[in-house]
Amino acid sequence: MIALTQTTVNLAYLVAAVCFVVGIRFLASPRTARTGNVVAAVGMTVAVAFTLALDEIDRYAFVASAMAVGAVIGVAGARLVRMTAMPQMVALLNGAGGGAAAGVAIAEFNRLVRFGDLPADTLAAILGATVLGGLTLSGSVLAFAKLQELIQGRPIVFPGQQVVNAAVLAVAVALAVVAGATEGTGWLIAALGAALVFGVLFVLPIGGADMPVVIALLNAFSGLGGVAAGFVLDNNALIVGGALVGASGTLLTLLMAKAMNRSVANVVFGAFGQLQVEIGERAVDGGTVRATTPDDVAVQLSFARRVIIAPGYGMAVAQAQHETRQLADALEERGVDVKYAIHPVAGRMPGHMNVLLAEAQVPYTQLYEMERINPEFPQADVALVIGANDVTNPAATDDPASPIYGMPILEVHQAASVVVLKRSMRPGFAGVDNHLYFHEKTTMLFGDAKDSVLQLITAVKAQ
Amino acid sequence: MTDVPLVVELTILALAAFLGFEVISKVPAMLHTPLMSGANFIHGIVIVGAIIVLGTADDTFTKVVGLAAMVLATANVVGGWFVTDRMLGMFKRRPEPKREPE
Repeated sequence: MIALTQTTVNLAYLVAAVCFVVGIRFLASPRTARTGNVVAAVGMTVAVAFTLALDEIDRYAFVASAMAVGAVIGVAGARLVRMTAMPQMVALLNGAGGGAAAGVAIAEFNRLVRFGDLPADTLAAILGATVLGGLTLSGSVLAFAKLQELIQGRPIVFPGQQVVNAAVLAVAVALAVVAGATEGTGWLIAALGAALVFGVLFVLPIGGADMPVVIALLNAFSGLGGVAAGFVLDNNALIVGGALVGASGTLLTLLMAKAMNRSVANVVFGAFGQLQVEIGERAVDGGTVRATTPDDVAVQLSFARRVIIAPGYGMAVAQAQHETRQLADALEERGVDVKYAIHPVAGRMPGHMNVLLAEAQVPYTQLYEMERINPEFPQADVALVIGANDVTNPAATDDPASPIYGMPILEVHQAASVVVLKRSMRPGFAGVDNHLYFHEKTTMLFGDAKDSVLQLITAVKAQ
Repeated sequence: MTDVPLVVELTILALAAFLGFEVISKVPAMLHTPLMSGANFIHGIVIVGAIIVLGTADDTFTKVVGLAAMVLATANVVGGWFVTDRMLGMFKRRPEPKREPE
């Protein structure tokens, strides 16, 4: 094999870093985005190829076989997963990355205590990578389980939870410090174990609707873990790559939290979660809702000039994105202008609705962010809410006593008339009454979103 | 590791983080899911670390841990790229102009 020096390989890492940055820059527009992904892949390939050609590497059989296994898993997962399961997939991949960083740190620790020496800063980096990587791995797996509904989506809380969580984290850090002091790999593995437990405890109290923030946060943690691994190995590619991922995760976390008008701490430490457990028990009452039929709605829709569709997690659950697009097509054939209003935290991860609608072949020019679409609701004849709940609740602007007060919402209530597609009157994720449903402009079309939309399509075409 | 490389590495980290924030803030909300997935893919650079660890492994412990890290990292890289590519391929403009009403 060609034997390369570290300097040459570092140049390759510089190329990779540039490719990553350019790749993200190209993500600024859907037209260039796919190319950007390819550019990033070129950078990754360069980094990997040059690393493989490094002088010291000789266990090629191991490397190749492990790569093959990982590649098969990766391709299978990516090809087979449904778009509605995209949040789970992202969570799982994130966890894999965190696990890899922790593994690298532990293996390197073992090597250094046996064959080399362990300076304080390398030890600190190993500690960081192990704990961050570990909590990212288990936290991501738990997030996957919640999203996949393998375990309940409702927050799991118990008394003294914050104290317990903090204690477990402290134990993880302490074990890692002991590992450094005694140069005992066993202690470091114990630290990893504690970090894994912490990751689970950390995600446990967070409810499904808060998942967008948590997934972004786990992304940020995995980035930090990657940076730490980069310091362990003195590897520039890892440091830059980890920094980019950490920045992305951090920025998205802040954006998501702002979109819910809650602080990140508030989301993470389950303050809302506690409240939720109490409120969810109360049945929705007080006020009457007007139920309607597909035929009536079809009349409203066909004679409208402007319709705005507000999709939410309910559409994802019912997998109704394709039918929704077909309904929009049927309306457009009748000269109706159709737009989609996308709330930043609709769904279970940032941009969830956009991806589902894109999969349904909705042109992205019809997808409007909340800030752009809100001024248009007053001119809309019909606002069609499909499986969205809290993001349309006017209590967020009108009712200071509401738990969701202050959260920016889609102003569907400004439209001339509102139709809500919902399975039943059971409260949505936040367990909060939605004042929209009792509004005089609103009628409710009960039933599974997919079924309802299909009935609407038939009824509209019969007009 | 002497102090000089550490300071250099910290500089690289700081600059990369700032650059990251700048570039990422230009990604529209519509593409936030592919951004997360693409960022996941970039995190797969940890595969380089796994290669170094596994490629120089002499004892069983390192081989086992390195192997695990390698499999995870490769799944991260390959899965992350294909998922991102698949998502980005779905974002299309309207193919032809709107039809006039009858």
